Amino acid sequence: MDIKFTKKTNTLIVKFDGELDHHVADQLKEKIDKEYNTGFKNLIFDLKNVNFMDSSGIGVIIGRYKKVKEKNGKVVLVNANSQLNKIIEISGLMRIIKCYNSIEEALKSM
Amino acid sequence: MEYSNMMELKFLSKSQNESFARTVIAAFAAQLDPTIEDIADIKTAVSEAVTNAIIHGYGNKINLITIKAFINDHTITIEVIDEGKGIEDIEKAMEPLFTSKPDEERAGMGFTVMQTFMDELDVESEPGKGTRIIMKKQIQPYK
Repeated sequence: MDIKFTKKTNTLIVKFDGELDHHVADQLKEKIDKEYNTGFKNLIFDLKNVNFMDSSGIGVIIGRYKKVKEKNGKVVLVNANSQLNKIIEISGLMRIIKCYNSIEEALKSM
Repeated sequence: MEYSNMMELKFLSKSQNESFARTVIAAFAAQLDPTIEDIADIKTAVSEAVTNAIIHGYGNKINLITIKAFINDHTITIEVIDEGKGIEDIEKAMEPLFTSKPDEERAGMGFTVMQTFMDELDVESEPGKGTRIIMKKQIQPYK
């Protein structure tokens, strides 16, 4: 899994390619946490290049949400495709995390 | 079971086989002319069932998982079978957000996803013997 981090002041943007399942979840969590802990407040998941996600992915997002909340930050999702949207909706994630169609929109919401 | 086509696959309960399993089932289901959404639903449900077998059935120990798929008319039936520790209380395991491993950041949604993405879900399990998950989905012929 290819992970890219972009920094916008106190917001960390995480973008990764491929399929988010149990197999890659632990590795992804570890890399995001390591980067986030270098002094960020907010977290944006850019899901544009994620073509598959199951409930292990929801677990990754909920886990990061808990950590970011401790720092009074926000977690938002950007560019989820229809398969991802379906599982995000079913999980109830939308009640605590907002979804946007662009990074610009997401950054404005911070 | 009456069917016009079937397949069976056995693989080790390694997490890298999760994507292998869902890809194989998606390829087998393709003969029903499913929509992209149908395929995404099937892949997600299979991924959840196989992940459950790896994490809960075998507790991350390496053993064999069997997947069978049957096609009859426009319906695909998928079975995911492990010979792991089984589920003590199936009803409880199927409750949304229930997880037996809260420290591992599991969403506790596996069965909810399988139920939502497929038309039918049956879970047969015996503690100490294993678990068989049976899922069905009807594919409307693509026009």
